[in-house]
Amino acid sequence: MAAMGRYVGRRLVEIVPVFFGVLLIVFVIAHLTPGDPVLIALGEHATPEAIDRLRAELDLDEPLPLQFITYMGRVMRGDLGRSIQNNERVIVELGTRFPATIELTFAAMLVASVVGILTGIVAAARQNSWFDGASMFVALFGFSMPIFWLGIMLILLFAWYLGWFPISGRLDYTIELTRLTNFYLVDALLSGTWKALGDALRHLVLPAVTLSTVALAIIARMTRSSLLEVLRQDYVRTARAKGLGEVRVISRHALKNAFIPVVTVIGLNVGSLLGGAILTETIFAWPGVGRLVVDAIFARDYPIVQGAVLVIALVFVVVNLLVDLSYAYLDPRIRYG
Amino acid sequence: MGGTLVFAQAQNAVTLDPHDATDGFSVNNTSNVFDTLVRFRADTTQVEPSLAESWTASTDGLVWTFKLRKGVKFHDGTRLDAEAVKFNYERQINPKHPYHHGAFAYAGFTFQNVKSVEAVDELTVRFTLSAPFAPFITNMAMFSTGIASPAAIKKYGKDFFKHPVGSGPFKFVEWVQKDHATYEANKEYWAGRPCIDRLIIRGIPDNTVRLLEMEKGTAHMMNQVNPPDYGRIRQNKDLVLSTGPGLNIGYLAMNVEKEPFNDVRIRRAVNHAVNKAALVRAFYEGIGAPATNPMPPTIWGFNRAVKGYEHSAETAAKLLAEAGYPNGFSTELWWPNRARPYLTQPQKIAEALQQQLAKAGIRAKLVTFEWGTYLSKTRSGEHPMAILGWIGDNGDPDNFLYVLLDKDNTEKGKASNIAFYKSNAVHDLLIKAQQASDQAARTRFYEQAQEIIHRDAPWVPLVYGARVGAHRTQVQNFSLHPLQIWWLHRVWIGK
Repeated sequence: MAAMGRYVGRRLVEIVPVFFGVLLIVFVIAHLTPGDPVLIALGEHATPEAIDRLRAELDLDEPLPLQFITYMGRVMRGDLGRSIQNNERVIVELGTRFPATIELTFAAMLVASVVGILTGIVAAARQNSWFDGASMFVALFGFSMPIFWLGIMLILLFAWYLGWFPISGRLDYTIELTRLTNFYLVDALLSGTWKALGDALRHLVLPAVTLSTVALAIIARMTRSSLLEVLRQDYVRTARAKGLGEVRVISRHALKNAFIPVVTVIGLNVGSLLGGAILTETIFAWPGVGRLVVDAIFARDYPIVQGAVLVIALVFVVVNLLVDLSYAYLDPRIRYG
Repeated sequence: MGGTLVFAQAQNAVTLDPHDATDGFSVNNTSNVFDTLVRFRADTTQVEPSLAESWTASTDGLVWTFKLRKGVKFHDGTRLDAEAVKFNYERQINPKHPYHHGAFAYAGFTFQNVKSVEAVDELTVRFTLSAPFAPFITNMAMFSTGIASPAAIKKYGKDFFKHPVGSGPFKFVEWVQKDHATYEANKEYWAGRPCIDRLIIRGIPDNTVRLLEMEKGTAHMMNQVNPPDYGRIRQNKDLVLSTGPGLNIGYLAMNVEKEPFNDVRIRRAVNHAVNKAALVRAFYEGIGAPATNPMPPTIWGFNRAVKGYEHSAETAAKLLAEAGYPNGFSTELWWPNRARPYLTQPQKIAEALQQQLAKAGIRAKLVTFEWGTYLSKTRSGEHPMAILGWIGDNGDPDNFLYVLLDKDNTEKGKASNIAFYKSNAVHDLLIKAQQASDQAARTRFYEQAQEIIHRDAPWVPLVYGARVGAHRTQVQNFSLHPLQIWWLHRVWIGK
């Protein structure tokens, strides 16, 4: 355990240079991209005087290295600044948006993992059966389908035509909910607002399914191929020779070993979905961080872009750490030191 | 009477502070919460009394005195008086003001030439100008001059943008950013309470999804209808497509500082090469009109005597030959990759223009950049030819002609005149028009300016885009203002 503690400690220390690296890269890219926030805010409408006045007020007329030092100093004090567009504190903006995206991502990953792993197992156990063929074909389809198209189709069928789910949004505007954590499911549970819980869940289904497809397809294919490989190993043959049933062979002996690449894929997907749910968020008018970042990039709202990318990078690093730690549980031969 | 109206926009508001808003989505929110001193009439850009019951201008045009309506209260119960108006002005214009929290991007425009504001007595406000400036009064109707409660600005400080307190028809209830904002009827509104009880303004970015919400009845009205959806809405008896002439123009600017566009014959040739009517038919679903002048006919002062250059590839080729380009020439046509009311389908329109120009022998390579980059590059004059447009702020001709074609606005990097057209004759007329207080005289100056611009041809005026919105049939008494601001005070929901 001590070795494990040291390992975790070292990994956490490694976050520091990653943090500064991300900070510097994002800052430089954001500021070197042509186009300035003043012009974009005013659109076609900027008058020369307004442009000068605003640039000065936003400190954009300072030399870039000086701007970076000022910015880094503020970040060290925990101040991510305020949005150029509306003066909102970046930390508040992220605090309201990230929960929406995390809720969506985890729902999607739940769907993707459960359905993907089950499909993969059955496909591997019944290799070359019709189920195997069909499910792998569907997985390929799911992987290559444009999310935009799928989202609209799901909306048309399940929301517009059948009316089972709402078309878009995160919660009906008629429902009162005290927003404590901005995780609506959590807020609804905390305040015991069952109506809000049901409504939030209903709003979550279609976007989560839409977002899950690509990850689901990858997970199903990865589970299948990984499990097939393990099933060919000697110790599995030994287990079968002992007279164990196929279900027991897979569930007790093969599965755990087959999971390492699957967990890696899940971890990577959680990370990328957190920053990459933009299309789904746009289709379903989901007020998440993906849209926040895209809008901020187009508006050259530097503080928002920098703050959001920083947090996404941190989440990515932490999820990767968790994935690495889970290896030891799945395969006792793996040791940290 | 009563009910909840849901208005679905393509984006949710960015800010609810009227002084700091720059995007139409925010403005549709703030304009229902804040009043201005004067306001636009329901269907034109002429102004009428609002918070100010009456006003007078001194004979030299330098002093404007407004008499405020008595007994008007902000939503927080505080009084709307002359001091409040002065406070609102100073908050925006004075960087040292303790509540100058924000970029206030429009302040420089709306308060140009304003030297000072005084509260003469409780209900009298006096604006003193540094030079006569006729468009001043229409600027006082613009959304960014909305009068906010000084008490609320002091109370919320930097967070005022999410706690808006005005005196308008709707009171702020809640804002879930990037999602929706909720308002309730201001039952004490001085112009009579709104017909609906509650107003929800949602942001739904996807065009198709927004339309589906309205078809389903979960939204009552929507803006930014996608032109290919016009037919679908017209065929649905539950829906109404409301259209009218807009207050904008899409244009192709030729950079007169670059060869060969320094030659007027070349610029006229380009004008002859373009078939505007075909563009309107193909990409605006027939809604919109071919443009002849640099300002739309919805604005007074529009010169109807100016007829556009006739579409003729032969005439264009002849002019090119005269100018020394018998085999035409190669150039670039820049286009902005962002749909605007005046440019509904940018890429397709750019491609069509490319083909039209090619028929006259002008081989244009299409060039584009993301919006922010595009604006800064065109304002620096890097383009030979560029497509852009303008949406009127206040319905004054000055807001089009002076901003877009006066030599005062050609400074590299900040130019709003991206043809870099510098005509002293036009400049003299536009300045005279700014300083004249008589509208008939101003009209004459603007008509002359339009003639000269037509002759010099720094632009191809392309299209006057329409204003378009859609709503459910049950929504009554709605008309979309030419400025495309959705004022919802008088709307009600029928059966």
